[in-house]
Amino acid sequence: MFEGLFDLWPGLQASADLLALQPPGWGGNLLRGAVNSLIIALGAFALGLLIGIGGALGKMNGGPVTRDLLAVYTTVVRAVPELILILLLYYAGTDILNQILRMLGQRPVEISGLAAGIAVLGIVQGAYATEVLRGAIQSVPRGQIEAARAYGMSPVQVFRRITLPAMLPNALPGMSNLWLIATKDTALLAIVGFAELTLETRQAAGSTRAYFTFFLAAGAIYLVMTLVSGRFFGWLEARYRRGQAGARA
Amino acid sequence: MKPHRIVLVLIALALVLWAAFSLRWDWIPRYAPLALEGIWRTIWLLVLSVVIGFALAVPLGLAQAAGPRWLAAPARWFCTLIRGTPLLLQIWLIYYGLGSLFPQFPWIRESELWPILRQAWPYALVALSLSFAGYEGEVMRGAFKSVPAGQLAAARAFGFSPFATFRRVWLPQALARALPTLGGETILQMKATPLVATITVIDIYAVASRVRQDTFIIYEPLLLLAVLYMALAGLIALAFRGLERRYGRGLG
Amino acid sequence: MKKLILTASVVALMAGAAAAQTVRVGIAAEPYPPFASPDAAGNWVGWEVEIIGAVCAAAELTCEITPTAWDGIIPALVSGQIDAIMASMSITEDRMQTIDFSDRYYNTPTVIVGQRSITMDATPEGLAGRVLGVQVSTIHQAYAQQYFEANTELRTYQTQDEANQDLVAGRIDATQADSIALDAFLATPEGAACCEVKGTVANDESILGQGVGVGVRKGDDALREAFNRGIAAIRANGVYDEITARYFASSIYGD
Repeated sequence: MFEGLFDLWPGLQASADLLALQPPGWGGNLLRGAVNSLIIALGAFALGLLIGIGGALGKMNGGPVTRDLLAVYTTVVRAVPELILILLLYYAGTDILNQILRMLGQRPVEISGLAAGIAVLGIVQGAYATEVLRGAIQSVPRGQIEAARAYGMSPVQVFRRITLPAMLPNALPGMSNLWLIATKDTALLAIVGFAELTLETRQAAGSTRAYFTFFLAAGAIYLVMTLVSGRFFGWLEARYRRGQAGARA
Repeated sequence: MKPHRIVLVLIALALVLWAAFSLRWDWIPRYAPLALEGIWRTIWLLVLSVVIGFALAVPLGLAQAAGPRWLAAPARWFCTLIRGTPLLLQIWLIYYGLGSLFPQFPWIRESELWPILRQAWPYALVALSLSFAGYEGEVMRGAFKSVPAGQLAAARAFGFSPFATFRRVWLPQALARALPTLGGETILQMKATPLVATITVIDIYAVASRVRQDTFIIYEPLLLLAVLYMALAGLIALAFRGLERRYGRGLG
Repeated sequence: MKKLILTASVVALMAGAAAAQTVRVGIAAEPYPPFASPDAAGNWVGWEVEIIGAVCAAAELTCEITPTAWDGIIPALVSGQIDAIMASMSITEDRMQTIDFSDRYYNTPTVIVGQRSITMDATPEGLAGRVLGVQVSTIHQAYAQQYFEANTELRTYQTQDEANQDLVAGRIDATQADSIALDAFLATPEGAACCEVKGTVANDESILGQGVGVGVRKGDDALREAFNRGIAAIRANGVYDEITARYFASSIYGD
């Protein structure tokens, strides 16, 4: 199919061979790395949302100490580069965990690379998610919540029936942003040695010396991931905005 | 100050004092000159990339907000490309990817640009500037669109040329609206600068890495580095608050 | 009766623990041919990978190869994420203050490889005014910082590959690394076209070390002795020479 193009540009054939899905092409490695990236991003995103819900509720309804501690958490994570946070959390986190286990007399536990990556990125995501979710929850009109309480709904019912559906369309743009940040931040884990797409790309490029080819291919894969995600979140937002009063300014 | 806050501040002070006395800080005098050099490099990379990136972002945003199709589309693709791929990959693509093409064009080494192309900082600057331009192009697009069309129409009615409208009505208002976001984005740019250490640029993160390799100390350089970046972020936030106070007035 | 059951269960647990306990052997996640590099199928191949298998088999350990970022491999060992390092790590006094080493399993000289078009030799005078690339966190970085940094611009790279890449691109004039790793680079078409060996650096055992050994945590003598047994065993029964013959023309043990 591409023979004509390959005749015009001989280097293209060599590049296509390098990217082939089966060995000796490295395409399979890259795709495996991409799957790992997606898994880590999904895990980190989910963990970040969980931390974010807790953080948002804590910031709004918690006592003064809780609020201050959460402010410290979000400020530190949003001011310190992710690379340094990843290094600190990865080495210090596992070190402290193993020391605690040693004090309790247990054997040091081995934390898989996947779990560590998800934990580290999730903690970073959690700080941003706290702010996104807090803004979204606060944008729900107070009158609706008060009316629900007047009807006698328990706090859980209020959250499930009123707050959550109302805040979702407001939270979705922020959450879409967070998801994109999560997928791109997995690239930083390459510096710490996790086997995800950027590391596989670097290994393939280093072994074959075809840096341009592989970095372009990796860029294309990331672009596909972000474009598909953008479409998905756009669809989600359109779906959850049905029945909402008018478009936001 | 409220009592609980005083208690928290005291606990924080106690932690800092404990860290100052029980962790290893003996490496600081030896590496201080290198560290200052690294901090300077981080700062000028940040400032230059923000300035150049913003200069590129204004036309990018304008093209998408008001330009004809053949200008708006490439601008949108550029922003999508930059925002859709990790910065680390962009940096490596620009440095190692372009570098791998050099042997195929031997005349590059004879040219006048070679002393610059040999070094790593031009590639870091280009990558950081393009990245900032991609993200801020999107921000400026929203900012340009958010200026009420009525103001632009009124300016035209007064006889302003399109350029004068842009210079005196559209751009200042868009800037004023974008300023808070730009402050946050500058801090994000600061957080992106450590990545240039992977292409041999000696910024403050690279200096901390060198300290860790030379002395095998794992945490202390990273902790000091985190404090440094927090201070830098605080300075940037203060600077933008000042800018907002000066230029954000009179927004309708 | 109770005592018997108790003793039996303790012995069973310990035996079970010893047998089930996997030794996570850290290798560098970055390719380092011909010692350890990933192939297109994602498997790690190379002389060092085969030696790891042979040593672990001879020492009756269950080893799990764990790729780890090179510039964080010692912290990973110290914090317990891996149990041993077999990543062409040289035995140096600096490193011995943080971790313990087994006996060496190879020792090769350090060379400088530079652009064909530039005359230089592997001395501080020969490299004056030049740009030298080294990999971060290696004995070569330590050596270059000690001897060359005064008159030569040093650039540190995350991987030796990237230093080689910049050598091919012409951004740096020379690189200092292990002679075998650089031989593998010079065997590639780009390497042969651009560069040649300029010389061996003057030896300084305190920095360049006494050969490459297995790194273990300080005080982990049981594991260290196990690796020593394994290394001695494969040297004695010819497995070491057989693996070496498949990769190199002569022995790299370095007597």
